[in-house]
Amino acid sequence: MKSLLTLIFALFLTSTAAIAVDSATEAALAADPVAEKRLQKLSEELRCLVCQNQTIADSNAELAQDLRREVRAMIKAGKSDKEIVDFMVVRYGDFVLYRPPVKGITLLLWGGPVLLMLLGLFALVRYLRRRSTRIDAEEQPLSAAEAGRADALLKENNLK
Amino acid sequence: MNRYFWILGAFAALVVLLAVGLGLNPRDVPSPLVGKPAPAFSLPVLATPNKTLSPKDMQGKVWLLNVWASWCVSCRAEHPVLVDFSRKTDVPLIGLNYKEVRGDGGFDMGKMAPDEERKLAFQRANQWLTEHGDPYKLTVMDLDGRVGIDYGVYGVPETYVIDKAGVIRMKHTGPLSPEVLSQKIMPLLAELAK
Repeated sequence: MKSLLTLIFALFLTSTAAIAVDSATEAALAADPVAEKRLQKLSEELRCLVCQNQTIADSNAELAQDLRREVRAMIKAGKSDKEIVDFMVVRYGDFVLYRPPVKGITLLLWGGPVLLMLLGLFALVRYLRRRSTRIDAEEQPLSAAEAGRADALLKENNLK
Repeated sequence: MNRYFWILGAFAALVVLLAVGLGLNPRDVPSPLVGKPAPAFSLPVLATPNKTLSPKDMQGKVWLLNVWASWCVSCRAEHPVLVDFSRKTDVPLIGLNYKEVRGDGGFDMGKMAPDEERKLAFQRANQWLTEHGDPYKLTVMDLDGRVGIDYGVYGVPETYVIDKAGVIRMKHTGPLSPEVLSQKIMPLLAELAK
């Protein structure tokens, strides 16, 4: 058991070491820490189209590496963040953005959760109201007619 | 009773939503390039490396641009369809070889000189076309994948239909099947040829 744990730990170490080396070579390419920070920020906003649930910052797919290289080149060329993002959108569409823009086609995407929450709130309020009126009704004393009927029933039982 | 009806209805709606959603192809990302002019490039031609081709040279013709590479497994599956297409029509089919050496993954690019990469890429592409047949009028070589980025390539193979004015009219991601070719591309080509 202990040796197994050691093995797992060793494997973990080597795998993280491999990742570290990989990012180290990338970091070496960009000596400028400010540019590197911008690259990191931009990469986290852009989707890798090969592994669609990863940003190009996370992904090690070929395409993500190429796109990071492009972003880096554009930063070096003095392009603004907007210009860089537009470059990507022109080529890959809004899908490349991790935060899709609010427009006609994405209205349901952005509004959906709010809509669902309102619906839930509405249902909750309605349920609570109904419940409280039901409880109120249960706590009310018997009306004269009801009391009379109850008496009659009790008497009927006594006669038997 | 009414309440159970609601729950059942909500469940049915969820099932329909998931059935439709899971049936869609996540790779089918609509390209913003459809309806826009084909991005310009000037790349060396595989058969005549000293010459280049650019989309401008194709002006006035309806043509297909097919992105491929020898390392791309789906391209192999698609290839017979393309060979068949080139036999049946005279619509020019231009190959865009995408990252022939870099995309392979089997080479240490840090150690390879640009000249060496170029030589190897041409050699590999030529060999592949000799082995599997060459459906292309000509193939251009995009060694570093920059042109691929301009065309929004993210999964080889991809195919673009470009009209006489040089505007992209359709993009297909993934291997072309005989059905896609006969039901989508051929009718479009016939319409554009008018």
